[in-house]
Amino acid sequence: MRIRTAPHHRFRSGDESFVYASTSASILKVDALVVRLLEAFDVEDGLEPGEGLERFRDAGDEAAETLDEMIQAGLVVPADTPPLSVPEIPPMPYPLGTLVLNVTNKCNLSCTYCYEYGEDRLSRDEASRPPTTPMMPAGKARESIDFLLENCGDRRSVTITFFGGETLLNFETIRSATLYAEERCGERGVRVGFALTTNATLLTDEVIDFIVAHRFGVNVSIDGPARDQDRHRTFKSGRGTYDVIAPRIRRLLERNRGLGRPIGARVTLTAGSLGVRDLYDHLVGDLGFDEVGFAPVTSAPGRDYALSPEHYSRILEEFSSLAEDYVAEALAGRHHGFSNLNDLLRELHLGTNKAHPCGAGLGLLGVSTEGELGLCHRFVESGAHSVGDVSGGIDEKKRREFLQRGHVSQKIACGSCFARPVCSGGCYHEAYVRYEDPSQPNLHSCEWIRAWTALGLSCYARIMQGNPGFFERFENSPVRPPAPGGNALKPTSNESMP
Amino acid sequence: MKHMIPINRKARMIEALVLADKHRAHAMSLPDPPFGCTSIFAPGWEVTSDGGTYNLCTPIERDLYDCYHSCYWPAQVPDALTNSPKWADSCGAPVNDWASIDLVFP
Repeated sequence: MRIRTAPHHRFRSGDESFVYASTSASILKVDALVVRLLEAFDVEDGLEPGEGLERFRDAGDEAAETLDEMIQAGLVVPADTPPLSVPEIPPMPYPLGTLVLNVTNKCNLSCTYCYEYGEDRLSRDEASRPPTTPMMPAGKARESIDFLLENCGDRRSVTITFFGGETLLNFETIRSATLYAEERCGERGVRVGFALTTNATLLTDEVIDFIVAHRFGVNVSIDGPARDQDRHRTFKSGRGTYDVIAPRIRRLLERNRGLGRPIGARVTLTAGSLGVRDLYDHLVGDLGFDEVGFAPVTSAPGRDYALSPEHYSRILEEFSSLAEDYVAEALAGRHHGFSNLNDLLRELHLGTNKAHPCGAGLGLLGVSTEGELGLCHRFVESGAHSVGDVSGGIDEKKRREFLQRGHVSQKIACGSCFARPVCSGGCYHEAYVRYEDPSQPNLHSCEWIRAWTALGLSCYARIMQGNPGFFERFENSPVRPPAPGGNALKPTSNESMP
Repeated sequence: MKHMIPINRKARMIEALVLADKHRAHAMSLPDPPFGCTSIFAPGWEVTSDGGTYNLCTPIERDLYDCYHSCYWPAQVPDALTNSPKWADSCGAPVNDWASIDLVFP
């Protein structure tokens, strides 16, 4: 039988060689013989084992023995192995774990790049649709919570994420939904967690007290110091928002310290604002955020804020520079708030191997202000992508069809890619904006994702060599509640456990 | 493993599985629970899966596929599941094309 190497990534750290095996998402430290064997069998049509081992007479029986180990580890496979397995989706109906409630589709800002209001908005596709309710009534939010509890199977914890629009425009619904969820989940013995995304303009003391007391995971959308923040994140008048939000954010972080969960900033990277290192220093050093996540702007090509390939190279350089700081902190046993890297290292450590890029449609659904169910918060009110509503339940047929089409095995280009276990084709919404089909892989990001994954693997190996105990924090940590607003580079949720 | 050291949690889990399996004997390389023909008595056994006895114990061309697809008789026929997924590609209809099926030398 002819055999060949399976997709993998080889890299060195210090004097040692490592392999990331994409079939299993294992990371292995390997010796020189393994590296030579991987090279020898890296032939598209494969080689007969004896034929390949001819070149290893110097190694004697060791070579055959090593090849056997490599087959066991899935690094070497029969040459006619199909690149990807068949599209197996988990037994359905899959229990829901997270519901993203779009409590409003209104916003008090006019951020120029926003996909919710710009040309990239999905629900604008259907001009004939009547306008939707701008604010989710408290009753609909309670109905959504009942729906979540009916559809969460035997999960012992669920997450409710509030999204918008600007979520705090409808704080009354958030408050009432939170209290109702705590009561209902308490009766059922299910733990409930809350998350919220906000632009911080409406963080009054009352709001702050509430979200700290109920241990909300808070994601503040902010692009950096005034120069960067005010470029795109403006009031409707065109006035910048930095001066309004900075004091409110400081107060939130101050009150939350030691009481609530870590609070993150979420930065949208645009053509004019790519100095990741400086943005991080401002957000963590000056304002005091616990972590910062960066997401390149989602846009169809041609917008003036859209990112070119050169911009993406610059982002990668900035990310590697910030990653150096991360590694230095990790080697000293300290936490670093670069959340893109934190998320990637967690996935690499656990060996996450995703059949779907994120939990959309699987364990996570979005709910519109009127109770319509979408694959995620980005797909609510998009008509064609609706998968039911909270009163009538999930349209299981559409849900299953979507999951089958979005399965990584349907994405031919992913078959030979070593970064497949962590990427799985990338964000459905991003793919929809680019290719008008959510099940397409995001081919425009492939090179970037591979370079970023390689950077993560190299950081992983360096930390493992210097301070292996650092990764214990990821061993039993629950998967974080999804951070709405993620995109291809920062999957919003991950249902594919190792 | 001598030449590879598992580093992340997934690699450690796989190593533990491989080691646990190392000294276990496997009958005809079949997985533990019965599947395929071993549980349905097809073909050449005493009864068919629906209790019929017509024409049993009479080898026919079709048996090639019964054994090949479900890996029922790997000592006699190559198995489609792991080792020879393309073995029968040249043979659309066994009654006509059986001669185009080649031997397999493991």
